[in-house]
Amino acid sequence: MRAARLALAGVVLAALGATPAAAAEKLVSSLSRHTVKITPSFTGAELVLFGIVERDAETPPHRGGYDIVATVKGPPETLVVRRKERVVGIWVNADSRTFVQVPSYLATLSSRPIEAIVPLDVARRLQLGLRRTLLPQQIGPDTADVVRDDPFRAAFLRLKDARKLYVEEKGAVTFLSSILYSATIPIPAGAPTGTYTVDLKLFADGALVASGNEAFDISKEGFEQFVAESAVDHGLLYGLASAAMALLTGWLAAVMFRRD
Amino acid sequence: MEIYLPIAGIPVNVFVVFAMGLAVGFISGMFGIGGGFLMTPLLIFLGIGPAVAVATVSTHIAASSFSGVVTYWRRRALDLQLAAMLLLGGFVGTAAGVWLFTWLRTLGQLDLTISLSYVILLGSVGGLMVTESVRAILRSRSGKPAEIRRGGSHTWFHGLPLKLRFKQSRIYVSTIPVWTIGFLMGFVGAIMGIGGGFLLVPMLIYFLRVPTNVVIGTSMMLTLVTMATATVLHSVTNHLVDVILALILMVGGVMGAQFGARAGQRMRGERLRLLLGVLVLAVGVRFFVDLVLPPEEIYSIRMLEGPQ
Repeated sequence: MRAARLALAGVVLAALGATPAAAAEKLVSSLSRHTVKITPSFTGAELVLFGIVERDAETPPHRGGYDIVATVKGPPETLVVRRKERVVGIWVNADSRTFVQVPSYLATLSSRPIEAIVPLDVARRLQLGLRRTLLPQQIGPDTADVVRDDPFRAAFLRLKDARKLYVEEKGAVTFLSSILYSATIPIPAGAPTGTYTVDLKLFADGALVASGNEAFDISKEGFEQFVAESAVDHGLLYGLASAAMALLTGWLAAVMFRRD
Repeated sequence: MEIYLPIAGIPVNVFVVFAMGLAVGFISGMFGIGGGFLMTPLLIFLGIGPAVAVATVSTHIAASSFSGVVTYWRRRALDLQLAAMLLLGGFVGTAAGVWLFTWLRTLGQLDLTISLSYVILLGSVGGLMVTESVRAILRSRSGKPAEIRRGGSHTWFHGLPLKLRFKQSRIYVSTIPVWTIGFLMGFVGAIMGIGGGFLLVPMLIYFLRVPTNVVIGTSMMLTLVTMATATVLHSVTNHLVDVILALILMVGGVMGAQFGARAGQRMRGERLRLLLGVLVLAVGVRFFVDLVLPPEEIYSIRMLEGPQ
């Protein structure tokens, strides 16, 4: 966090010194780090997103101030949501829906409730917020998103939320001054590895005035990476090594606790 | 102390997992069983996916049964020839089990199959053990000697062909029931993540009339090979064995087993069987209740393709 603050100060100074761009407003952003390493002690992480709003001299200041919505997306995945039903007294998986290429992680961080920032049609068009993000389902040969109160869609959001993989936080983006902002991106322990994108949107008086992008990587490192990769790439060797380890442990125990 | 499991993809507390290994190891040493039927549900309860739990427990049981095999081998209390014949069936059974496991996983009915198998198998075996041991205890209370029925030992399968003499066990039986028992053990083990010791021991005693002193050693030998095979097969087909989780479990397990074995020796046979029966039955009932009661969340997610 301390390092992040220092970096933040650096960016602010650099931005203040720079000449304003031609556009009326510009979003300058950075992340506290661009890689998250999963080590054996990994229990989740927090990234700090920060930056400033640059405005040229001709642009009059907005009376309502600025609002920012940041959408963080993890690598896409395809998954099945199954529903249990009671069949002859026991609960079994019956109906299912396939969600195609949906974000494995999704966080919508905003400075205020999205409904208070922009009109609903704009929010819908820009897919701001979990409720308005497209979650395509396999329907026959096609994919399409369904109505928002579809029970499978609701269950999908609920299950993702329970694993802290889908997050919506109003007020997560805070303005430290009228132009200086920061937000914390929470990464849960079960977050999948891959490239995560951060999509930033700047609003003033209910209209989109600027946007920006960031990206970071989550990867298994060292031992974790070695184990995970060997399990997939060299299944047979991995299995033989696991079995050998089991035999060695068992033999050691028998020798160490020998009683006769 | 939390540690991130590379395959299960979640952090767990090392001490909690170690304590689970220790506790299940104690029980397994006490009763001479692998303890997979306790370990697998415990891991699932901890938040580890059922598929990873089943695959990883097979590695854990391989370790605990090998430590048992070494001990029984020194006492010459295991029938290698019988174990080899059971294994022939066991290999086929394990391969069939891993195949069915993979298929059920794609169907989305793996969890149900695991639960149903637990209910049926543990419920019936536990019930039988409890009634049998209660009878034995009542019999010894009333003063009559607790006899093991060995008379009339010729059943229908003694007429089957391919007879073989097993010297260590001093039995002369057809290899067909031996292969069948081996197949069943391998099959059940691969699907349920259990070694099946608590099933194999009674089957060897009641069906094949194997003398009690070589039963446990032989059963452990079989468990060892089927579980080691299951470890390799699960690694090759499903990549689900979490070697870190297995290591923590087995270190706790082999230690607990030593203390359990000592505690078990001080108890009377029928008391021990009653206790084990109650335990087996309780786990079965627990699974039954979960299947019948309306679940809190009727929806579940499974990833088809995507990042690790």
